[in-house]
Amino acid sequence: MLSDTDWSAIRLTFELASVTTLLLLVIGTPIAWWLARTRSAWKGAIGAVVALPIVLPPTVIGFYLLVAMGPNGPVGQLTQSLGLGVLPFTFAGLVVASVFYSLPFVVQPIQNAFEAIGERPLEVAATLRASPFDTFYSVVLPLARPGYLTATVLGFAHTVGEFGVVLMIGGNIPDKTRVVSVQIYDHVEAMEYAQAHWLAAGMVAFSFVVLLVLYTLNPTGRRK
Amino acid sequence: MKTRLSPLFASLLVLGLATPLRAAEVQVAVAANFTAPMQKIAADFEKATGHQAKLAFGATGKFYAQIRNGAPFEMLLAADDETPAKLEKEGLAVSGSRFTYSIGQLALWSAKPGYVDARGAVLKQGAFNHLAIANPKLAPYGAAAVESLTRLGLLGSVEGKFVQGENIAQTYQFVSTGNAELGFVALSQIVENGKLKRGSAWIVPSSLHSPIRQDAVVLTLGKDNPAAAALVRFLKSDAARAVIKSYGYAL
Repeated sequence: MLSDTDWSAIRLTFELASVTTLLLLVIGTPIAWWLARTRSAWKGAIGAVVALPIVLPPTVIGFYLLVAMGPNGPVGQLTQSLGLGVLPFTFAGLVVASVFYSLPFVVQPIQNAFEAIGERPLEVAATLRASPFDTFYSVVLPLARPGYLTATVLGFAHTVGEFGVVLMIGGNIPDKTRVVSVQIYDHVEAMEYAQAHWLAAGMVAFSFVVLLVLYTLNPTGRRK
Repeated sequence: MKTRLSPLFASLLVLGLATPLRAAEVQVAVAANFTAPMQKIAADFEKATGHQAKLAFGATGKFYAQIRNGAPFEMLLAADDETPAKLEKEGLAVSGSRFTYSIGQLALWSAKPGYVDARGAVLKQGAFNHLAIANPKLAPYGAAAVESLTRLGLLGSVEGKFVQGENIAQTYQFVSTGNAELGFVALSQIVENGKLKRGSAWIVPSSLHSPIRQDAVVLTLGKDNPAAAALVRFLKSDAARAVIKSYGYAL
């Protein structure tokens, strides 16, 4: 069955996915709002940057993050001058990488939900003298709830399923950067197929349940 | 009436007959640490025999799993001597075709010049944040690194600073990008023509760990492939051995 190191990898994976999802909801909301509302010429470019992780192989992201966050890279120079050291091989580094990697999976559903609301409810709220914050809190957020649910589930699940990026910047350190996907890879490489099966089958079951919950609570036909 | 051959056709025919064997291809799985020398050897091999060696580089453990599951490799140049033996025992390799093509040398390396001293005392001082090693569970060079550290009595003090690469190529990458100040890599990755390419290094004495014997084996699929047999002969030739040595392998 599952060993202590397997459990520690599972715990770490859920910690990483939770922190990442929370950060993404905070960071993703203004980005999604801007993308949904703006008429700026930059909309296309920013939207494309947000969507990049969908099409880029994780190895590309991992490699560039390793170089950029390393002691000689621009991000690494910045973190060092702030006294934070360098990010690769740390939990914080994995969080930064995961936020970037899962960004489109959170921004896009929220953006779609914002766009679906349209101008009308906002105008009505404005005529009722609601402040922008009030409008956002009492009108936009409730209307965008299905988008937020999708974003939360996909952001979390996608981070749990991350492998290539973590492999390249994690360094496989127990309790710090050794997540479930890396642990499975190690088991397979070491020909410990029985242990690999326990974890791998667990991942399949987990992913299925998560998506099942999402599609049951949020059937696409009812989204509008 | 006799048909006359055109001169061009005749010369082509003669050329064709002059080549003793028809040029063939052999699919070779090569351990990551042997990448650089094997690229050179494959080019020389093609020049000398007309056969082509198609190379795939990666971790020996992964190749083992792939071969067991029907990967189309005809030859394996492993990073250890256990995997080829296991494949032979399992009937996936041609029995009696195993031979040692190189003996790996372990090096402690930093991308920074002057960081690693000629005796490896830098390990004892411990003034670093990350020490990269290949996963000792998967990679022979990683296992040799752990064995050497154990002999030196330093394992306990540096273990907390380990960052692990899945194979020796990734370990090299961690050190080469400066993310780990130093790490245990294969000497073959950092020398060319007997010279250190960059940074600073200590060649770990082979007395500190059991020899990293790297064996090659012909796989069942390559049994009747003349190119596989030719590559085995070529790897054992003086020319190939000279190349292997120039990349920092003992032999």
